[in-house]
Amino acid sequence: MSTNLRNILLFTIMGALLVAVGVIQSANVALAILNLCLISAIMTLGVNIQWGYAGLFNAGVMGFAALGGLAAVLVSFPPVPEAWAVGGSRAMLGAVTGALSIVLAILAFKMIPGGRRLRGWAAAAVALSGVVLMRFILDPAVEAIEAVEPARTGFLGGLGLPIVFSWIAGGAFAALAAWGIGKIALGLRSDYLAIATLGISEIIVYFLKNEDWLARGVKNVNGLPRPVPYEIELQKTLWVQELAAKLDFNVIELSSIIVKLSYAGLFIGVLAIVFWLSERALKSPWGRMMRAIRDNEIAASAMGKDVTWRHLQVFVLGSAVIGLAGAMLTTLDGIFTPASYQPLRFTFLIWVMVIVGGSGNNLGSILGGFAIWFFWIEAEPIGLAVIELLTSGMGEDHALRLHLIENAAHTRLATMGVVLLMVLRFSPRGLIPERGK
Amino acid sequence: MTDILNALVLLANFVLVPGLTYGSQLALGALGVTMIYAVLRFSNFGHGETMSFGAMITILTTWWLQEKGITFGVLPTALLALPVGIIATVVMCLLFDRVVYRYYRREKANPVTYLIVSVGILFILSGLVRFIIGPQDRVFADGERFIMKARAFKQMTGLDQGLAIKTTQGVTVVTAIVIVALIFWFLNRTRTGKSMRAYSDNEDLALLSGINPAKVVAITWVITGALAAIAGTLYGLDKGYKPFTYLGLVLPIFASAIVGGVGNPLGAIAGGFVVAFSELLLTFAYKRVIAYLTPGDWIPEGLVQLLSTDYKLAVSFVILVIVLLVKPTGIFSGKTL
Amino acid sequence: MSFLQGGGLYGGYGGADILHGCSIGVDKGEVAVVVGPNGAGKSTAMRALFGLLDLREGSVVLDEKDISRLPPQERVTLGMSFVPQNANVFTSMTVEENLEMGAFVRQDDFRPTMDQVFSLFPVLGQKRSQPAGELSGGQRQQVAVGRALMTQPSVLMLDEPTAGVSPIVMDELFDRVIEIAKTGIAILMVEQNARQALEIADRGFVLVQGQNRYTDTGQALLADPEVRRSFLGG
Repeated sequence: MSTNLRNILLFTIMGALLVAVGVIQSANVALAILNLCLISAIMTLGVNIQWGYAGLFNAGVMGFAALGGLAAVLVSFPPVPEAWAVGGSRAMLGAVTGALSIVLAILAFKMIPGGRRLRGWAAAAVALSGVVLMRFILDPAVEAIEAVEPARTGFLGGLGLPIVFSWIAGGAFAALAAWGIGKIALGLRSDYLAIATLGISEIIVYFLKNEDWLARGVKNVNGLPRPVPYEIELQKTLWVQELAAKLDFNVIELSSIIVKLSYAGLFIGVLAIVFWLSERALKSPWGRMMRAIRDNEIAASAMGKDVTWRHLQVFVLGSAVIGLAGAMLTTLDGIFTPASYQPLRFTFLIWVMVIVGGSGNNLGSILGGFAIWFFWIEAEPIGLAVIELLTSGMGEDHALRLHLIENAAHTRLATMGVVLLMVLRFSPRGLIPERGK
Repeated sequence: MTDILNALVLLANFVLVPGLTYGSQLALGALGVTMIYAVLRFSNFGHGETMSFGAMITILTTWWLQEKGITFGVLPTALLALPVGIIATVVMCLLFDRVVYRYYRREKANPVTYLIVSVGILFILSGLVRFIIGPQDRVFADGERFIMKARAFKQMTGLDQGLAIKTTQGVTVVTAIVIVALIFWFLNRTRTGKSMRAYSDNEDLALLSGINPAKVVAITWVITGALAAIAGTLYGLDKGYKPFTYLGLVLPIFASAIVGGVGNPLGAIAGGFVVAFSELLLTFAYKRVIAYLTPGDWIPEGLVQLLSTDYKLAVSFVILVIVLLVKPTGIFSGKTL
Repeated sequence: MSFLQGGGLYGGYGGADILHGCSIGVDKGEVAVVVGPNGAGKSTAMRALFGLLDLREGSVVLDEKDISRLPPQERVTLGMSFVPQNANVFTSMTVEENLEMGAFVRQDDFRPTMDQVFSLFPVLGQKRSQPAGELSGGQRQQVAVGRALMTQPSVLMLDEPTAGVSPIVMDELFDRVIEIAKTGIAILMVEQNARQALEIADRGFVLVQGQNRYTDTGQALLADPEVRRSFLGG
């Protein structure tokens, strides 16, 4: 059947599945899944920009998402005046020193004349002395800041601006980090790029988990402000109560649904914009050039295209989108949890979305994001049901049965792996393949 | 004089012994990764979960043995169970090769495809292991806990500082030495081992010389599967078994392999120890050591710690970056990028 | 019919045919040389004899047996040995290990053969424990040829053995080739240095565009004014 018809059919099936969940389980559950599907779709778009346009394997998705979450905190949380008074400026100086030393190290590597070895050691020396200097400046400030009401704050706080601004900031943070990472890592072969990005993302998350003065580390930052009303407030308003009565819904449930729908509206808006921009970019001369480079790097560079610079552009753009999605995610959660950024949940799961959806195709990325996230969530109850069925022959309290039921949730990891392998083997172009291939 | 000895013992207890242990564990893991890279020419992200799988089978067998009342005296019972873990892991690796990887070899897929495939296998193993044994911590080391207790050491030497050596640490280092020696003997002194090196060096010429590629591939999986099972079990014995931790080991293991020169077995060993000792040396608090070594009663302020211990993992990555920038082929010049 | 004979060969590497019905062959103890301009299909023809490409048409016969369908590994066991032009040694392995790998398919004791190779190429004996990648270009060629000799082949095929080596080394190599031929091995050689190669050739094939243009003894080809004018620079 024609491509468009096929796409419509696939998306309709997806929609039907969500509606089915809404009916069988509850509207709230379905909407919660929908919102995360939307965010996953945006993240997948970001990764697809890097993979589909330029063939870059970014295994550091979790780091960029975490930076987006950080932005949400730093933009929206109100500042903590005592902390600023005690060590704010010194901390800022320390952070600037740290950032400067990284930049200087990179520049040193690029610009000092001489062999690779010399430049490498020089850069390392600059970085090292920068780190030492930074520690010297930063440590007393950190101690002071973290001593300010550690149970409630113990950090500098943020700018107190509307959280929606943080979405842009999240993209900017991620873009900045991507620039630095790209400068270092983009010349490497594809699987080395993967290892490098994996490592850097681990460091970023490590940093966030340990630098309490910045975002409270593993104590988490909760109570982040929202762009949509609170359920409690909604429950008190008249129109909500009337609506609940008319639809024969529980007021609490209805308020929850309204909140989720509001988020969904915002997210759909962002998704639409990102998708539209991505499609424009893909079809533009820039996009064609990127794909030409991807398909034959040697020929392209022989024609004078600066391949590394192009790769950097793509890397930065894709990472910005991931950061944006990360900020949105933290906004939805209302709480910033550094420990939640795990490679499996973020990096590798998003990769399954890209591959299954159709690498190189933006619509495919959206579908992949939806489909895999849906499956990831629903696999738990379904897996549990299957296990219960299979072990129903054993006694209620049989040790093995209990053990299997307890660990049923993990089967979704295995099934996800099987899905990835099957798609790679039998349908490597994904559900919605790249156009023209 | 006693001060210097005390300083040395302090370093030995907190840096040398843990470093040798952790370095051995990394070296065994890196050896497996580097061999897969050398022969099969791809980076296997799933190696950590393979180690986890091997450890799991060993643990289950150990429990069975313990139930039957079979132990190994002062040594951990797990060592008796290890052969079962090795066999199971090898069979699993061969199975995955036959069902998954072989197709991509025929298609001459590019390295990134293999990487993604290995991520798929990572998922499967991850889920399988957690499903079978559960995600929680398991301590399965038994037998004598310490070869040398800190108190006993202090009594023997009369020093203030004690040196403790756990049995698991000793077992790890000794096993690692034995395994490494075996592998090197195999690669350098046997016909089959040399044929693997030849195949890794120049695939076309190896085929022209009549070397059977299927056999080389199979032996590679056998060796790396065994290495994974051993490394995973040793790590679990020493630090407790939790499926979750093995994904985090992938990074230091790859760092070790790359630092030493990927594709080069000697490099994997060296890299493992470089990474392990760097992690320890850069996050160690030198306060007491300096206090011992300086004359008089002067004690430095603060811990004199370059990086907090939380950043251990970061160290391995930073080393990796430095190596990639300065000498990408690693210390022993493995295959180039 | 020669000991090794490839006749009426048509084929290529997947696209258009490179060989258009040429025939080359060699007898035991003979040195046969294939020359011709670039793109004539010299290397292609030799690779076809070894089974490294699919023949659309034509046959390859070794010792009166049709081996056209056999894969290269099997032809090795039947006594054929091939020395590629590039990447023809295991650079990370020692000279001695290279020779050992050459004898991989043998089940018997190959030490005597290794001694023979060392007496043929004394330099290799001196450098037996050195990695092959550290040797000079000419020495590496010796390792490559030595590796191929370890199976005690009946046919030795060399693809441009003197490519990129100095004239002195080339002379030495050709001397060795003659010595090897004297032991009864059939030697088939593709060469770019046509004049020097034809001087030692018992038989010479001049290929142009995948077809035989001239076939004769080396001396006769060298003396032929037409051959001289077209391919040997007068």
